[in-house]
Amino acid sequence: MAKVLVVTSGKGGVGKTTSTAALGAALAQTGQNVVVVDFDVGLRNLDLVMGAERRVVYDLINVIQGDAKLSQALIRDKRIETLSILPASQTRDKDALTAEGVAKVIGELREKFDWIICDSPAGIERGAQLAMYHADCAVVVANPEVSSVRDSDRIIGMLDSTTEKAKGGGKIDKYLLVTRYDPGRAARGEMLRTDDVLEILSIPLLGIIPESEEVLRASNLGSPVTISSPQSAPARAYSEAARRLEGEKLEVTVPTERTGLFGWLFKGRS
Amino acid sequence: MIMGLLDTLFGRSRSSAPVARDRLQILLAHERAGADGPESELLNTLHSEILAVIKKHIPVDQDKVQIKVDRGTSVSMLEIDIEVPALEKGRER
Repeated sequence: MAKVLVVTSGKGGVGKTTSTAALGAALAQTGQNVVVVDFDVGLRNLDLVMGAERRVVYDLINVIQGDAKLSQALIRDKRIETLSILPASQTRDKDALTAEGVAKVIGELREKFDWIICDSPAGIERGAQLAMYHADCAVVVANPEVSSVRDSDRIIGMLDSTTEKAKGGGKIDKYLLVTRYDPGRAARGEMLRTDDVLEILSIPLLGIIPESEEVLRASNLGSPVTISSPQSAPARAYSEAARRLEGEKLEVTVPTERTGLFGWLFKGRS
Repeated sequence: MIMGLLDTLFGRSRSSAPVARDRLQILLAHERAGADGPESELLNTLHSEILAVIKKHIPVDQDKVQIKVDRGTSVSMLEIDIEVPALEKGRER
């Protein structure tokens, strides 16, 4: 049965779009049919991170307004055939995204895909609420930093109160994804540790993505990090997180970069 | 680099993460009690009833009554802070 997953955070710039792309690609690599949906109307970026920006013809709003069929707006990834993207519109009209329209599109996507991954806009406004409304589960992306953790707490509260499932008396599965983690700084007491964040937010941990140059490289190239450099530390962390989403029980570790002697000698000199 | 060395020499702690954790825990306990939680309803009731009792005897300003709950693991602390105008000398005991 299809699963709707929202990737959300409240705060901007913590890695929602990067994580949507990386998790989506990792799930698709295991043979699942995956669509990643950009809900950031007016500020679409998932297309760019996925390397599909020049292939956008129709978007989510065109489908909602009946100007295009869903199949016309979906872009099939060129690297993984079970991965598709539904881009957001660049319109400045805030009311273009309607609750009924979103419900209809999600309903249609449920028939075609195993995973529908909704990339939420930052904030707690309508866009973010609509992105989470139909979710069966949520990945809350947080940086080990005070403002991000505080905003995650607000978002967790919203997931428990304003989603369709919550309103029907149910609960949606929520997972924490810690990104931009620096194990060295955390060990020296310079950065919140994952167990601090977990204790504060008290939702299960999906994974810890270490801070890495590979993440920027991947977005420069327009490729999810799990495709562009699958052996890198962040890619392995995302792939393991994706396996946990599929129900595998894996111990959470922070993968480290596998560098040669040369790399090791010069590591940390910056 | 030099600052780091000085910090080490003079024993100033570089670990700021525990401060971050403590600040977050206090702040979020407060925010979760929130504007629409059942706890805030209780606090509002307490606020108005306590104020009514005190007003019978001393003139107090509505805004000068603060009621807070600090939720702990085994006990919670109910803190009531009331600012009263300086009492007249003759009435002091």
